[in-house]
Amino acid sequence: MKKEVLTSALLMISLALAGGLAGCGGSSSSTPPPPPPVNNVQAIAVDGGPVAGQIYPDAAFTSVTVCIPNSSTCQTVDGILVDTGSVGLRVLASALPGLNLPKLTGSGGVSFYDCVSFIDGSFLWGPVAEADVTMAGEKASAGSIHLIEDPSGFSVPAGCSNGGVDEDNQAALGANGILGVAPEPLDCGLACDPSAGGVAPPVYFGCLAAGNCLTAFVPVGQQVVNPVALFPQDNNGVILKMQALSSPAATATGSMIFGIGTQTNNQLGSATVFTLDDFDNFTTNFNGQSLTGSFLDSGSNGFFFPDAAIPQCAGNSVAPGFYCPTSTVNLSAQNVGTNNAQNMVNFSVANSVNLFQSNGSDTAFPTLGGPGFVHSFDWGLPFFYGRNVFFAIDGQGVPSGAPAAPWWAY
Amino acid sequence: MKNLWTGVALLALLSPFHAQAALGGRVASVESDRAQMKGTLQTRQTALYSIHEIKGTSGVMVREYVSPAGMVFGVGWRGLYVPDLQQLLGAYFEQYAEGVKAQKTGYVGRRPLNLQLPGLVVQMNGHMRAINGRAYVPEQVPLGMKLEELQ
Repeated sequence: MKKEVLTSALLMISLALAGGLAGCGGSSSSTPPPPPPVNNVQAIAVDGGPVAGQIYPDAAFTSVTVCIPNSSTCQTVDGILVDTGSVGLRVLASALPGLNLPKLTGSGGVSFYDCVSFIDGSFLWGPVAEADVTMAGEKASAGSIHLIEDPSGFSVPAGCSNGGVDEDNQAALGANGILGVAPEPLDCGLACDPSAGGVAPPVYFGCLAAGNCLTAFVPVGQQVVNPVALFPQDNNGVILKMQALSSPAATATGSMIFGIGTQTNNQLGSATVFTLDDFDNFTTNFNGQSLTGSFLDSGSNGFFFPDAAIPQCAGNSVAPGFYCPTSTVNLSAQNVGTNNAQNMVNFSVANSVNLFQSNGSDTAFPTLGGPGFVHSFDWGLPFFYGRNVFFAIDGQGVPSGAPAAPWWAY
Repeated sequence: MKNLWTGVALLALLSPFHAQAALGGRVASVESDRAQMKGTLQTRQTALYSIHEIKGTSGVMVREYVSPAGMVFGVGWRGLYVPDLQQLLGAYFEQYAEGVKAQKTGYVGRRPLNLQLPGLVVQMNGHMRAINGRAYVPEQVPLGMKLEELQ
């Protein structure tokens, strides 16, 4: 009885959805001539972020232009966190005032919302909207994005909040939004598509105006999408290229280059390609531990790894949750792809309280680190200084001779 | 349409699972977790504890660690998203929620969760579409068990 009611409700949501969004996307199936090259270089900077009086350490920001689909009604938003650990564009609704983007709805007054749960126990909520997204000379047309905002008229459902912390505002987020360019095209994929059947994951929710939210299936074509995958060209991945940094700095600059092997400035060259497991992880061997759930994540603001020998900073210090060795420790770890590609990385971790206090205006720290949960090495932003790191998107074409995506390379 | 939604809302109110939740509960509570996840259950016995592994239908796997006395002293999860923590943490859920709130207001940034509270440890790691986590009651972890085994 329970199951039947739920199934039919979900079925109706998907049917309603299919009807509600007809005419979205689509392109010609004939082979067009290759388009002329466009500017594929987007500036990024570690600069503390957009919140006045608050430093977001080791976080890279950029700007995006968001438009009502197929129109010239647009707004450009800066302070967008560049995150290779998530997928899709999420922008604070409050950062797009007056831009009335079409929302994803179904019949019967159902509106669709996205829920993101982060590994730090925080979450983001908000409606799914359709937008054109432009960065550098590249445009992703009519894709779904996530507008971050608290619901009006009802509370975030417990299935999304899950005991966590609401970060649907600029101060908590430390940013005006998040650009997720992990090597996947969609934030959920087939598990959230109606074809999956069973119980819908707590990623998409269908809600009535007064609340009554239920997890819902959303067809892959309407899920929140990696905008890069929607570009007409340079759409198979990104390269993050950050300046090298030998000591803390007030700012650090770099570029996000779109496409891999599609233009002269995004060739793979001699970079080592690491293919990934089913969870888009590789293995990091560190200190006698085989950390099988390891990953490259520009959206983590430090090296996070398990090392019981390094003391942690005090909870009431300026750097709670980071490492605080008495003097800087020099370490090395080996990354291994599922294709058995290997590379040794040397890195250092300094006393984080000293880092934050030595010069109160620094925002970029090449030696910032903290503890990680066992079986995982989270290579956060400090890893990216002085490297070109490639993220090849699952299902997209790859340069000749390279393995099928998803993969990372550096 | 309206009737369906009313029916579904009613179902949510009628779900009594939280009363019997996993961490700190009896081994019997594993079954209510399995039922809620609509999953399949596999059980393994080691010298020090048993592992009850539930594979859900929508991309998340949960392991519950049970002492010889029949108490769930730890839970681990892995998958596309964070599972229902009220269900998994049971009586510890409120302590978790308060602990996360207190910790997250102390900094801005993104990092793995490492919550060390009196009588409760909760840790999470990973990235979107690939989340690992675990929670355990340190005092109830069997002597001789390596914490690395709890995942």
